[in-house]
Amino acid sequence: MLKIAKERLNDLYAKINESMGLFIPIKKAGEVDYHIWGEGKEVSLETLKTVKSPKNMFFPQSENMMKFKTEGKNIEIIDVRGEKRPFVLFGVKPCDYKAIEVLDKVFLAEPVDTYYQSRREATTIVTLACSKPEESCFCKVFDIDATAAYGDVTTWLDGENLYWQANTEKGEALTALVKELLEDSDDAAVKAQQEATKAIIDKLPYSNLDLSKFKPENLNELFNAQEWTEMSEACLGCGTCTFVCPTCQCFDIRDFKTNEGVIRYRCWDSCMYSDFTLMAHGNSRTTQMQRFRQRFMHKLVYYPSQNDGLYSCVGCGRCVNKCPQKLNIVKVIKTLGGKNND
Amino acid sequence: MKDVELKMLERAKALLEGGEVARVIGWKKGDFCYDVSPASFETVEELDGFVYNWFCGANLSKYLIEMSKKEGKTAVFLKPCDTYSFNQLVKEHRIKRENVYVIAVECLGKLDAEKIKAKGISLITDVEVVDKDVKVTSAYGVETLYKPDVVLTKCETCQKTHQVKDEEIILHERPERDVDRFAEVAKLEAMTEEERFAFWRSQLSKCIRCNACRNVCPACSCVKCVFDNPASGIAAKANDSDFEESMFHIIRAFHVAGRCTDCGECSRVCPQNIPLHLLNRKFIKDIDNFYGEYQAGETAEGKTPLTSYTEGDIEAKDVFNGEAK
Amino acid sequence: MINETLIPKVGVVTDIRKDTPDVKTFRVVGTDGKKLFQHMPGQCAMVSIPGVGECMFSITSSPTNEEYMEFSIKKCGCVTEVIHSLEVGAQVTVRGPYGKNFPVEEDFKGKDLLFIAGGIGLAPLRSVINYVRHYRENYGKVVIVYGARSKDDLVDIEEIQTEWVNEPNTEVYLTIDRPQEGWDGHVGFVPAYVKELGLNPNMTAVLCGPPIMIKFTLAGLLELGFDKSRVYTTLELRMKCGVGKCGRCNVGDKFVCKDGPVFRMTELDELPDEY
Repeated sequence: MLKIAKERLNDLYAKINESMGLFIPIKKAGEVDYHIWGEGKEVSLETLKTVKSPKNMFFPQSENMMKFKTEGKNIEIIDVRGEKRPFVLFGVKPCDYKAIEVLDKVFLAEPVDTYYQSRREATTIVTLACSKPEESCFCKVFDIDATAAYGDVTTWLDGENLYWQANTEKGEALTALVKELLEDSDDAAVKAQQEATKAIIDKLPYSNLDLSKFKPENLNELFNAQEWTEMSEACLGCGTCTFVCPTCQCFDIRDFKTNEGVIRYRCWDSCMYSDFTLMAHGNSRTTQMQRFRQRFMHKLVYYPSQNDGLYSCVGCGRCVNKCPQKLNIVKVIKTLGGKNND
Repeated sequence: MKDVELKMLERAKALLEGGEVARVIGWKKGDFCYDVSPASFETVEELDGFVYNWFCGANLSKYLIEMSKKEGKTAVFLKPCDTYSFNQLVKEHRIKRENVYVIAVECLGKLDAEKIKAKGISLITDVEVVDKDVKVTSAYGVETLYKPDVVLTKCETCQKTHQVKDEEIILHERPERDVDRFAEVAKLEAMTEEERFAFWRSQLSKCIRCNACRNVCPACSCVKCVFDNPASGIAAKANDSDFEESMFHIIRAFHVAGRCTDCGECSRVCPQNIPLHLLNRKFIKDIDNFYGEYQAGETAEGKTPLTSYTEGDIEAKDVFNGEAK
Repeated sequence: MINETLIPKVGVVTDIRKDTPDVKTFRVVGTDGKKLFQHMPGQCAMVSIPGVGECMFSITSSPTNEEYMEFSIKKCGCVTEVIHSLEVGAQVTVRGPYGKNFPVEEDFKGKDLLFIAGGIGLAPLRSVINYVRHYRENYGKVVIVYGARSKDDLVDIEEIQTEWVNEPNTEVYLTIDRPQEGWDGHVGFVPAYVKELGLNPNMTAVLCGPPIMIKFTLAGLLELGFDKSRVYTTLELRMKCGVGKCGRCNVGDKFVCKDGPVFRMTELDELPDEY
């Protein structure tokens, strides 16, 4: 195991930044999200939950896909992508890391989404283990260990040092790049932190949710449950839960007319929105209850049924904190998940 | 607060049992003290989940658009600020007033769990308020916070009083206070144009276009929002340029100008904590300034400054930087 | 050459046929004059007018046609409105093929086939019917029941009346909803007509049309003794990507764009009722 003193972290960022892009939690206008690093930026590794997950590093909220130039009747299609510069995604929490694996199963499945793939391949992911989880966290429910070694490099942060361990070839390459800044360390501090954190996690109020009912064979029973109406009653139909969610991956494709032709872009979309399923001749989901149900059925039943039981939720708890009316997946799990949720 | 909650519960039970109303709109408890959701209660049994505490910040008025269309009367608990939205929605013919029974309920300012957590407190198990002390019990012990530091932004400068009620439950009078709700607006006005532009650019660049501000806003009661209508030509769910978010919020502020009651829900729900209410307050301040003091939602009737013309109305050319020349 | 699933190819409209007052059939080839790509009956493609939008349409022509593809498109929204205003020579973009096809090489082989369509529902069936006609010896008897609101709303009536009716071992039954001058054929709704015809329940059936027609026709077929596992239909939901990623056409554990649009009735029974 290696380490670097906390006060030298800026040197580490600068060193990485010399040859690769560095995305890291940075405070801007009061809120912490992943932004590109630069001298003078306010890095905040201590922030437990960035507002947005790092998913927009691979699947941006909005991205141009192609351009159309029309001349008379002729259409020319131009691929607008450039080469992806290698970059480092630094400080990813274990839940957010596991969420990237959930996204991979969608975007890297055949036919591969090359927009996502090129970013994914250009990235070295440095995770940061958790040390101060809070009551909205429930990653343990999805068998995620918030203290464990995920990603290309795993780091642990305590009051004095950032501890560093490479896990993959990409991680070794990054380690070699910053070798001069790292020194050898034993793993005593990390072990102690892991134990302490696990003790907190075991006591978290949401650490023992019962998911046993969410199985493919219960699909129709869950879909037809009476409780959806009451659970969704206060839902505003906004997209907050979807947009802060690290695993939500629905998107829209739209065209935008500019002076230099038509840009086709894709952007995040939300199944919570009334026009999500709107067609010229009708809408298959006309009520907010139906839209609310779709979101949770997809995460807890449909997605697992397509992906060997893997849930499309990692327990990051962002929706728990951010839903304007405090509706969230935990309430759905507690209502429909199984007998042991009381 | 517990005494108020008990009284409310008692009234809700009586109204449901007596068949005077078909449902009661209030708040339902969740897993944590700060975890409360708006809810409707149709039976006495359902009232088991009823709660009224320091975190019932949500404005219930907008739910009445749908609820007042239902069969039977709907009782609703409204805080002072919520009554303005209620009146405004009645005025705009969105709520059927005759189908609603309004119970005015006291409010001494609501707390913001995010602000409490931002003080570094996590694993909160209980919150108690005594005057200006907020005692937060967490897994790490008890900490006392200064209440004005952790109230919802919308409560910081609130001086509102109930504008409509069929009955009231007020056990503690709110102390009179003298605060200037336009102080933050004045700060923005005092900036140079460049500074102000930079301020809004940095704030609005955080926007994720989740539409929570719009969907929670009682003034945004259009059946089909122009931003959701593909035929409008400006429907968009995300930015296709950096400018987009700014335009969305500015257009929205214009749409609600003169009708916004300053309920502050937009800023409460913003996941990025953008101070959206300041855009609306700037309009309110200008309207006061140009057309005489006006508070939307004070009544459910009467003329409004932006929809009635008088010969003395200020000319557009005479308006600059919020001041009449 | 760009070869990406979300990046389309440019297609040229070489022929436009007005089938009904609101349906036109567009013939499309690549800019090199050749067919854009191969497909199987029942599969779809995304057709787009840049700047207006992109929509999923079933490919109406048979895969056995080596020269071009056809799309029968009903005018009912922003994109289709613009498509209808196109003239021969116009360029559009096309990507595909998407989705699962009818099991013409598997379950349909050697079977007697019953095709039932209503209105524009003929579009996906025309591809499979012409495929079956091309490989006629591989299939048994073919019965086609096709209905529309009026005789003017029958899509591809010319091909039906000059070619399909003359096909060996093939029966064609046409019907319109209400009596109309100049129509001496059957009058009445498709579901009722199907029951009247007293069809052999051992046939493999394919239904395509408005949801209400499907619902009542299916009920009628079951009454006649048809087996649900040998009844097929196609679903239509809002789609954007066409490859099961954008989430829009998700119903239960299926994506209509990827796992459909062709479904067996028994498969639909397992899905939540949301399509």
